[in-house]
Amino acid sequence: MPKDSGIGASPKRREDVRFLTGTGNYTDDINLNGQAYVHFLRSDMAHARINSIDTAAASAMPGVVRIFTGADFEGVGGIPCGWQITDKHGEAMQEPAHPVLAQGKARYVGDAIAAVVADTAEQARDAAEAIELDMEELPAVIDMKAAVQEGATKVHDDLTSNLCYDWGFVEENKPAVEEAFANAAHVTTLELVNNRLIANPMEPRVAVGDFNRATGDSTLYTTSQNPHVIRLLMGAFVLGIPEHKLRVIAPDVGGGFGTKIFHYAEEAFCTFAAKALNRAVKWTSSRSEAFISDAHGRDHVSTIQLALDADNNFTALRTDTYANMGAYLSTFAPSVPTWLHGTLMAGNYKTPLIYVNVKAVFTNTVPVDAYRGAGRPEATYQLERVIDKAARELGVDPIALRRQNFITEFPYATPVAVEYDTGDYNATMDKLEEIADFAGFDARRAASEAKGKVRGLGVNCYIEACGIAPSNLVGQLGARAGLYESATVRVNATGGLVVMTGSHSHGQGHETSFPQVIAEMIGIDESMVEIVHGDTANTPMGMGTYGSRSLAVGGSAMVRATEKIITKAKKIAAHILEASDADIELKDGQFSVAGTDKSLAWGDVTLAAYVPHNYPLEDIEPGLEETAFYDPANFTYPSGAYACEVELDPETGKVSIERFAAADDFGNVVNPMIVEGQVHGGIGQGIGQALLEGAVYNEDGQLLSASYMDYAMPRADDLPFYQVDHSCQTPCTHNPLGVKGCGEAGAIGSPPAVVNAVVDALQSMGKDVTHVDMPLSPARVWSAMNE
Amino acid sequence: MYSFDVEKPTSIAEAVAALGSDDEAQALGGGQTLIPTLKQRLASPSKLVSLSGIAEMQGISADGSVVSIGGATPHGVVASEVAQSYPALAALAGNIGDPAVRNRGTIGGSLANNDPAACYPAAALASGATIVTNAREIAADDYFDGLFTTALEEGEIVTQVRLPVPEAANYQKFVQPASRFALVGVFVAKFADGVRVAVTGASEEGVFRWAEAEAALSGNFSADALEGLTVAADGMMADIHGSKAYRAHLIAVLTKRAVAAAA
Repeated sequence: MPKDSGIGASPKRREDVRFLTGTGNYTDDINLNGQAYVHFLRSDMAHARINSIDTAAASAMPGVVRIFTGADFEGVGGIPCGWQITDKHGEAMQEPAHPVLAQGKARYVGDAIAAVVADTAEQARDAAEAIELDMEELPAVIDMKAAVQEGATKVHDDLTSNLCYDWGFVEENKPAVEEAFANAAHVTTLELVNNRLIANPMEPRVAVGDFNRATGDSTLYTTSQNPHVIRLLMGAFVLGIPEHKLRVIAPDVGGGFGTKIFHYAEEAFCTFAAKALNRAVKWTSSRSEAFISDAHGRDHVSTIQLALDADNNFTALRTDTYANMGAYLSTFAPSVPTWLHGTLMAGNYKTPLIYVNVKAVFTNTVPVDAYRGAGRPEATYQLERVIDKAARELGVDPIALRRQNFITEFPYATPVAVEYDTGDYNATMDKLEEIADFAGFDARRAASEAKGKVRGLGVNCYIEACGIAPSNLVGQLGARAGLYESATVRVNATGGLVVMTGSHSHGQGHETSFPQVIAEMIGIDESMVEIVHGDTANTPMGMGTYGSRSLAVGGSAMVRATEKIITKAKKIAAHILEASDADIELKDGQFSVAGTDKSLAWGDVTLAAYVPHNYPLEDIEPGLEETAFYDPANFTYPSGAYACEVELDPETGKVSIERFAAADDFGNVVNPMIVEGQVHGGIGQGIGQALLEGAVYNEDGQLLSASYMDYAMPRADDLPFYQVDHSCQTPCTHNPLGVKGCGEAGAIGSPPAVVNAVVDALQSMGKDVTHVDMPLSPARVWSAMNE
Repeated sequence: MYSFDVEKPTSIAEAVAALGSDDEAQALGGGQTLIPTLKQRLASPSKLVSLSGIAEMQGISADGSVVSIGGATPHGVVASEVAQSYPALAALAGNIGDPAVRNRGTIGGSLANNDPAACYPAAALASGATIVTNAREIAADDYFDGLFTTALEEGEIVTQVRLPVPEAANYQKFVQPASRFALVGVFVAKFADGVRVAVTGASEEGVFRWAEAEAALSGNFSADALEGLTVAADGMMADIHGSKAYRAHLIAVLTKRAVAAAA
């Protein structure tokens, strides 16, 4: 019988009451007395020299408080990059300055040139139109391969080229990889594009800067997944405000998907301007503005090669990727195509030799950074597409080829620097075969044929690395931050708990799932536990939520802090019960002395902690509040197997998803309903990438897909009902909950399943099509059929 | 958006007067194109004259051979009220945008805007509709004049659309994946005196009649009659959602499907 509370139960999400009834408190809901509004004047040219900015007429417009330009930020730090990559020659990556407002040149359509602060948002916008710009248009650098040719126009004049870095991983493996390819019985090669995406969270970005002249304190309200990271980066590197004088609050946040991890110039501007003007300053992005100012995702162009021996064992893998950085380095951009991508190239397979080359390239486009999955979808897509192609070339069953090469013994050290602690890839594939009903596929294919459609089946596996850590490792890899997480557990006198977590919930349901863990540990009702997050003033320093890390890392910190609470509470109970600490047991919210009928309720002990009349004051302090920081020993490695069935209209090229099945291994699961929701959402985004979404620039650097009229987001009727399963559970061995993380799996595992299915359909029509680049729009599929 | 005045007349005469009194005034139907345009600051009318309060521009009447629709009638009303009298038109209206769009957007607004990817122009042209304005009656064949261009004069209002009801008709819309406007839409209408085929979404010249298909179908109203007929890719639109050749191909496919569905 399913549990109705604690770990493994599926209570409804308590936060949904406010989200679904319009009573959430989002950043745009925050309005401060006397606040002014900023409008950013953004470049409509992809690459242009700024000869002059005449703000005289605009400054005289009604309501204008002040107009800022790049010159106002010359004494201010630039937007920092949080990860430094060392290239294959041992040199540091090229790292351009990233000013808050453009200085000298505008480098993408959307680059902010001036900021108008006025009494109303409309006045700010009116005045921005009156600014006279003298801009000299320069050739736009858009195509990555052209960008790194000798003599190409440079995005940054002070860099030696548009190449941010040329990364080889593992460089020492390269000769052995080459040799394995020379000796291979079969080599499969595939060139593919991982399409550029725009995250489009439902809530656009918003920032409100505030300054208190009496105290000298600055406050920033912002749409962030990690307010402490923003406080550190913006305070220390941009504005020079010490952290004790800066408070960052990320209240309810309406979706992040990665694009709200990063520190953006607009946040720094609002904080800076509030102090300069002694007046709160607010910015709310329009949807149009979001398209050209939120960091984009993906945008890799890759060539991957798989070598096999005569028995179809994978012997080596090599891949060359061009990764678009856009015009500036966003916070974690350099890490995405390297440490979050190269380290995953082994996938679920025991390929002994792997070499990954990545050239990161500057272009005159919006900066590109992490988007749900970040690097891992790009790795999975390459690997699972090339394996599928190899199976076709060899005439073998794609599932059998995968099974033959699965890693089956754990722990397993890959040739790309990571060690998988647990997994059972045959188990998830077995489960997939069952829930996807492979046995019924032929009948379904015949039924499709009978109505003039062509059915295809695509299967793939994935592995991801979540809970990015440990800190000492990521430090060696170039991270300029630690990647631990924190929690303070405060027990009140009457027994209720408040958990102040460094994780941030922006749709993940932490307010529901975190209390389930604590309730289970103590044996009390979940309603006695409240989660506080998102405010640097009342939570311990934390690194925030991304990379499916919250439960694995943040949850572990919470468990550690709660363990400290329980240890102390047992001491109090032992004192009152006149027993030894070691004899105290905590079960169902009752402390009892082993082997006796003596017991104390949880609430009696918590009350004693704050009313310490009968209390071991000589041994322990009053109160019941503990903090823990948790730095994991390793990444976690969720894995799974996905299957997609598509129906293709041979006359139009239109693809519809008919069935989609996902068998995931997330280790232990706290709230199955929330986990399923995360998988559903991830698959929705993965199908969006595979069929619909694509950010397209023309050669002049204009974003052609700059609104929902041209950027296709998945809608409910684009998606099928899913069969999802997470009953295969190989718990993580190194965190106290045995959890692995589930937030990104769907987005990582689904694109190759869709494309494999479409290629299968095309092949079954007798078309010699081995690949179609995403998004598989009707027009693209039709072209592939008719080439 | 820029600031502007708003008037909400209750008669066609008042609306015409309001538009005539100000060169920069603009009529506002359901606002499904104009309001986003204003929000983007891509238009700056001095005054919007809302047509939604004019009772004589609302509603639908059908006399068996002609359906007459007030110019300010929203798509959602058309979708439900002509379901019996002109099912193909009802299906077209019921598949424009989403419910919010269908509750605001109007047939007059759509025809006055003449978006090259809109659905209503195909219905009007294939039906041989009469576009009734405050000043005159315009045959659909004389009304559409290229992208976003019509025979309407400055200040002229579409007050009613009269659509002859065909013996058989069907509209096939192949949606552009993002906007869900028609990447290509084909409306086929069979009348006693011949077949009319109107194509939207495809041509650089906006909605047009496919004469070869009409000729073939007028003799033999079956998909087989279209076998081998193609549309030249020249003159088709091309964008990130489809090439000229793809749009031309879709016209032939959708026309066959429309005929098959109507026959």
